[in-house]
Amino acid sequence: MIFSYYPGCTLKTKAKELNFYAYQSAKALGIELQELPEWQCCGGTYPMAKDETATKLSSVRALTLARDLGNDLVTLCSACHNVLKQVNNDMQNDEKIASKANIYLQLKTPYHGETKVLHYLEVLRDCIGFEEIAKKVVNPLKGKKIAAYYGCLLLRPSKVMQMDNPENPRIIEDFIKAIGAEPVIYPFRNECCGGYLTMEDKALTQKKSNTVMGSAQEFGAEMITTACPLCLYNLRKNATEHDLPVIYFTELLAEALGVKED
Amino acid sequence: MDNKEKQKERILRVSGVNVLKCMKCGKCSGTCPSYDEMDYHPHQFVYMVEKGEIEPLLKSKSIYKCLSCFACVERCPRGVEPAKIVEAIRLEVIRKQGENHLKPNQIPQLLDEDLPQQAIVSAFRKYSK
Repeated sequence: MIFSYYPGCTLKTKAKELNFYAYQSAKALGIELQELPEWQCCGGTYPMAKDETATKLSSVRALTLARDLGNDLVTLCSACHNVLKQVNNDMQNDEKIASKANIYLQLKTPYHGETKVLHYLEVLRDCIGFEEIAKKVVNPLKGKKIAAYYGCLLLRPSKVMQMDNPENPRIIEDFIKAIGAEPVIYPFRNECCGGYLTMEDKALTQKKSNTVMGSAQEFGAEMITTACPLCLYNLRKNATEHDLPVIYFTELLAEALGVKED
Repeated sequence: MDNKEKQKERILRVSGVNVLKCMKCGKCSGTCPSYDEMDYHPHQFVYMVEKGEIEPLLKSKSIYKCLSCFACVERCPRGVEPAKIVEAIRLEVIRKQGENHLKPNQIPQLLDEDLPQQAIVSAFRKYSK
């Protein structure tokens, strides 16, 4: 299976391991991720305003490129996934935004959201299947109690993201089961960690991150896993009252598949 | 139309929100992770824009506390999408010359060795034009 792949800025820098273990695991699972030959930063947050055009163009370029290559587009960072998918939705459903973006980009074939955007987790669930992954696990993380942390961007807004039930998701829990570990359900798994406010209001972010990690711990987790570099940062740095390890899900996958190299 | 009416019309257009759909249940504010740090809460943004009472919102610190987590967008039973009103108010401020809330020369002191680029680009998108 071949996919176009959009890594995003952080996976090339501070979240290299999220990217690295994704490639290692994909290879072991028979998936080829082909990085888009040219891509630009998505901007980190979806530009919500109806009259914002320029801030949506980097996403449209990536989406158009994948279409022209004839591939579905795989993302891994929660923020990139959220931005690309919401912009794609605009290109499909908001004629004003789509027409402005198309006029600006002067594409040979106008783009109207034809590309299918998949998160890496959706590839695991929908293209390979967690049962198949479980069969390939050589190093099951037996007895390990792992809390899935979705944060906000993977699931919301659900009518656009369409990944999972926004209030009672299971995709990461099913992933945790597939690699032989035990998922921990806790009430803050889909609440915000404080996000980019770590730059504006550290106290707020510390409060939010402490709540998330404290809740995971209270419900018996030994570890938290996430797909988002900013969630990982906030939980590691800003959950000052707790010290559960926070690990990218791709690292756990590579470990379970027995392909983890440093 | 006077300037105030024009401003209200602009905020409604930029946000794409129909404030009249709001039934004032307060769920947006109830679910907002920044609730404690806000002087005006999401349901007040919706109501005050409806009433044309926009000036206090432009000066509100809430516009820099919104996390864009889409909790209010997801959970509003009427599909009002209050975050988009907060966004439109924030843009109304930072689109003006000299009103950037975050400036590049502030960045170095905010960095640590682990801070992901995602945080920086997101903060710039929210706070600067």
